[in-house]
Amino acid sequence: MASHYEAPIRKPLVTGNKSYHDVSVDISNAVEGKANKQWWIVFSISMTLFLWGVGCIIYTISTGIGVWGLNKTVGWAWDITNFVWWIGIGHAGTLISAVLLLFRQKWRFAINRSAEAMTIFSVIQAGLFPIIHMGRPWLGFYMLPIPNVYGNLWVNFNSPLLWDVFAISTYLSVSLVFWWTGLLPDFAMIRDRAVKPFQKKIYSLVSFGWSGRAKDWQRFEEVSLVLAGLATPLVLSVHTIVSFDFATSVVPGWHTTIFPPYFVAGAIFSGFAMVNTLLIVMRKVSNLENYITIQHIELMNIVIMITGSIVGTAYITELFMAWYSGVEYEQYAFLNRATGPYWWAYWSMMTCNVFSPQLMWFKKLRTSIVFSFIISIVVNIGMWFERFVIIVTSLHRDYLPSSWTMFTPTFVDIGIFLGTIGFFFALFLLYSRTFPVISQAEVKTILKTSGDNYKKLRDKNG
Amino acid sequence: MAEKTLHAVYDDDDKLLDAVKKIKAAKYEIEEVYTPFPVHGLEKAMGLSDTRIAITSFIYGCLGFCFSIWMMNYIMILDWPQNIGGKPSFSYLENMPAFVPIMFELTVYFAAHLMVITFYLRSKLWPFKKAENPIPETTDDKFLIEIKFDGSEKELKKLIDKTDVFEVKVHINKKSSHE
Repeated sequence: MASHYEAPIRKPLVTGNKSYHDVSVDISNAVEGKANKQWWIVFSISMTLFLWGVGCIIYTISTGIGVWGLNKTVGWAWDITNFVWWIGIGHAGTLISAVLLLFRQKWRFAINRSAEAMTIFSVIQAGLFPIIHMGRPWLGFYMLPIPNVYGNLWVNFNSPLLWDVFAISTYLSVSLVFWWTGLLPDFAMIRDRAVKPFQKKIYSLVSFGWSGRAKDWQRFEEVSLVLAGLATPLVLSVHTIVSFDFATSVVPGWHTTIFPPYFVAGAIFSGFAMVNTLLIVMRKVSNLENYITIQHIELMNIVIMITGSIVGTAYITELFMAWYSGVEYEQYAFLNRATGPYWWAYWSMMTCNVFSPQLMWFKKLRTSIVFSFIISIVVNIGMWFERFVIIVTSLHRDYLPSSWTMFTPTFVDIGIFLGTIGFFFALFLLYSRTFPVISQAEVKTILKTSGDNYKKLRDKNG
Repeated sequence: MAEKTLHAVYDDDDKLLDAVKKIKAAKYEIEEVYTPFPVHGLEKAMGLSDTRIAITSFIYGCLGFCFSIWMMNYIMILDWPQNIGGKPSFSYLENMPAFVPIMFELTVYFAAHLMVITFYLRSKLWPFKKAENPIPETTDDKFLIEIKFDGSEKELKKLIDKTDVFEVKVHINKKSSHE
């Protein structure tokens, strides 16, 4: 026991007197059991939204982008807002699994699997928007630098939009292999427990024949560490590059150097909020309260509070820089955001993102499940408004006052957005019934240091 | 070729580590150890050499970095130079600041993917690969030491009995797989 020492001041991360076998049983329960009524209800709603979205996408592509609310002045609105929103949500997964791995934070083990799943599912939603916005998505391969017969028609490597293509493809594919490599031992656990032949076959297939040899584990740990080291700068680069889409253009309100850190902080902020939304429900439905404890939720709330404060500081810095720059256009852009026709979007953003996370300073509030759940949704509404404010309020007042206009979404804009929400939740619900939602092999490694039964034993025996 | 294989099963990682040390000290050859999770200190106790997978990743990263420079130099400077937003396109170096993001992304892309592929190939992990852990419980809560031996079975069993063993089994010249 002495080799598993952990400072007594640290609270247990696994409660309920769990043994190694209990961990296996608890994690595979969700996979082996049957879905209940609520699952089917939520899944049906998600699928309905998704199908509605598919209909709107088909309508857009067959008729043209004109079915959206875009106009000559606001040529980018909900599509890019939703794109940045989903990409931002996707940042928490890699942050939890990579950055917290480098910092050796043990509490990540209970949440990293689901956070990574959320990352992959939300990056898929994000990727849909630029492809739909092409109008002719079957020509999407034009974005790739491939030799072609069109007479040296190459992509433009000076363009931030192409950087985006590379950044997001790299991010999606690296996150996917990071996730899958971590899943192999857990799929193998379910495979070796499975009694139904079909289940055994499927989990044999997806576990790639993982056997748990000492050498495999040694490589597994090294690969995880190196992937974390690679994914950390990668995750920061992705939202940095997304912010370049705006920052490299000469539009007041966009052309600022603060964008990369400000976007990255906002991404982590919204991503952690989404992780909280999903896990607060999942821990209840899948009976995982002993693994995803109040302490986990509290720690995530603290991350939300800190990144929310960084975002708030960035908003104020932006205002200061607009005034200090002495550039009339820049000053007007910010004055217009706060007091112009879109004032309600600006102040929704301010309330949700700057004010609400500050409540997390109170321990009573940040350890309350209901409160955490509400704030997690409020934060994501706020972060959607942030992107809407940045994009639409900057565009709708052009350099030429004769071009000034407003943006109103059509039912197609709304339908596609709701469709991606449905698609996202449908994927997550399917995941929660078929995948090991907690990386049980890694939880077992911290059981002796952070399990409550072992902690009590150590307190008694010294 | 060893005649027989002994499987010693343990139900705790500390007991396993202790047993591995004792078996090693008695100069027996440990063929393999199967565990449900990475046991810290096991590779040292077994005398496994360090993995070189991180080095391969570094090499792959360098490869990706060079590939990105070669690709963008060919496309943007040699094959079809264009004046885009006034950015200088006469030489790679002048245009380089705009290429930094993709140089970085491709470095990460190569380093991550090729390392994972190397890992899968070296550890023989791929779809339709049959699992080779001798008993299914080793992915749950059991730890198994596989020892191949020629000599006396009694002697080895005596040694194993001294460790805090859960179960011992001896197989004669047969490769075992539970599938």
